[in-house]
Amino acid sequence: MSETLYDKIFESHLIHRQEDGTCLIYIDRHLVHEVTSPQAFEGLRMSNRKVFSPESTLAVADHNVPTTDRSKPIENKDSKLQYETLEKNCKDFGINFFALNDIRQGIVHVIGPEQGFTQPGMTIVCGDSHTATHGAFGAIAAGIGTSEVEHVLATQTLLQSKLKNMKIEVNGKLSTGVTAKDIILTVIGILGTAGGGGYALEFCGEVIKSLTMEERMTVCNMAIEAGSRVGIIEPDEKTFKFLKGKPMAPKGEQWDKAMEHWVTLKSDPDAKYDKTIILKGEEIIPSVTWGTSPEDVLPITASIPSLDEIHDKDKKQSVIRSLEYMGLNPKDKLEDISIDKVFIGSCTNGRIEDLRAAASILKGNKVSKNVTGYVVPGSGLVKKQAEEEGLDKIFIDAGLEWREAGCSMCLGMNPDQLKPKERCASTSNRNFEGRQGMDGRTHLMSPAMAAAAAIEGKLTDVRKFL
Amino acid sequence: MEKFKNTKSIPAYLPIVNVDTDMIIPKQFLKTIKRTGLGVSLFFEMRYDKQTHEPIKDFVLNVDPYTSSKILIGENNFGCGSSREHAPWALLDFGIKVIIAPSFADIFYNNCFKNGILPIALPEKKIKELSKFSLEKKEIEVNLDEQKITKGDNEPIEFEVEPFRKECLINGYDDIALTLKKQNHIDNFIEKQKSKTPWHF
Repeated sequence: MSETLYDKIFESHLIHRQEDGTCLIYIDRHLVHEVTSPQAFEGLRMSNRKVFSPESTLAVADHNVPTTDRSKPIENKDSKLQYETLEKNCKDFGINFFALNDIRQGIVHVIGPEQGFTQPGMTIVCGDSHTATHGAFGAIAAGIGTSEVEHVLATQTLLQSKLKNMKIEVNGKLSTGVTAKDIILTVIGILGTAGGGGYALEFCGEVIKSLTMEERMTVCNMAIEAGSRVGIIEPDEKTFKFLKGKPMAPKGEQWDKAMEHWVTLKSDPDAKYDKTIILKGEEIIPSVTWGTSPEDVLPITASIPSLDEIHDKDKKQSVIRSLEYMGLNPKDKLEDISIDKVFIGSCTNGRIEDLRAAASILKGNKVSKNVTGYVVPGSGLVKKQAEEEGLDKIFIDAGLEWREAGCSMCLGMNPDQLKPKERCASTSNRNFEGRQGMDGRTHLMSPAMAAAAAIEGKLTDVRKFL
Repeated sequence: MEKFKNTKSIPAYLPIVNVDTDMIIPKQFLKTIKRTGLGVSLFFEMRYDKQTHEPIKDFVLNVDPYTSSKILIGENNFGCGSSREHAPWALLDFGIKVIIAPSFADIFYNNCFKNGILPIALPEKKIKELSKFSLEKKEIEVNLDEQKITKGDNEPIEFEVEPFRKECLINGYDDIALTLKKQNHIDNFIEKQKSKTPWHF
């Protein structure tokens, strides 16, 4: 016995292994959304195939839906067609669909855990690269393309090669003002945007143990930004407590059986990892990105690197391109960078604890006169909870817009976009060129850091507010 | 899926690292419910002027003969970011059948094979060598059967590809049909799992 948690779940889902190592694995849960599924359903129809296990599938529209008044129809005709196509496909193929006016609607990676659809020991897929989020529950969760969405719909299986294992151990404890987002940004800075390619990332250590489930989701969510399709954390009492009583979690005798299995989901003490990275929690500092790749990340106290410090030819070339796009210069101090917009939300940081963290900084403050922004809850239920706690009022009083649930400005498929050259303090996951709007400039950070930046009108060390 | 055939073309070279799938096909084109028609929007933000929407004259895919390239040469970590299969669809719709780069992001790499595109990972030195053929506007030929890239009278470059993926490309196999042949394995597995983890079902 010297298996990692990833190895164990993978092997327990293995249906067939070909001679060349390609494996056919069983998929327990499939989340479907409007953008990457229409062509998959079209493929099923063309081949006259059915959905193999509709009850293992849950669908919701999130990427392309407006976050404004839900009583009004979707204005954009392509978005409307995409929404209606998903609705019809779910009806035709017998899939559970959370409609736009359903309070359970929200970002696919927020609603899976919220409903208890996500469970330890499972294999979970979705046509979205941030599916790794669900790995926080001790599941193998991975993003797939549309052809694979069709494959899973038709067969409830997937052809996969087994990944290698990387252990990311975060020991000690976090300092005040340092969050899960800072942990994962720091890891991405170390690994680089391709460093996790071909690996499943297992996060462990005292700091990871101390995180809440929502914080663990933030960590696993951005595994893909380090190149890895899978991030995973051993389930524990916090995981089980989170799931207990959730609508789709096992009940009664089934719960007891599940618990017996879940407590065994651990990497063996002598498990072999192909790579190990060890970090000290105390050394992690509130971080922000300055470039157009999530690996372009630094502590807020730092300055943009000087070109002389960069020796790698590829890296230098990409830094020059990034800085030109971002309208910044080498050696600029991060805390001197002014912002125009703030975006609080996304599958990375759109859960209730994220909103609480942002609200705790914004309470009694106004955003800078040059700043506007959106707070977009991750689901209708997160929105309701936030309103019950009065968080919506704090955001509105501070001068921000309180929106309906969806992916919103994280990818700007709906009207929530940056204008050219607008600079945004964003709690989302990607700072790619054009990601939040053509020529928009994104700085990734934690919800508390985004709130502090909104108040100051520039990137700011949140620790000054604590 | 269309069968992969040997591909001969003057390659287009895009010397940018970490080309992400947002760059390959930006979000505004993901509203489609079709697989086709995305080629014109491939690399939209780099390829067209933001005000006039006219093609930018010096962007490689706007320059003859690269407007009809079937082979694209890229740099490290090609296709990172979003899992959108619209990226390979856009490349394919433009006419790209082969992408050669030092490394690829996992999801994109996989999505290519599902659409009949062959991604080839080669050491940087070889990329440099091949990029010269692009700059000199000379043809290269990719032979999947023999796993080599020929370029005039020069020594061919060999490449690796997993045998199963190769077989699927050459024969244009439908993955789902292949899997359905293993239905008895799947059924047996489900029976077993139903007793082990009944709450999954």
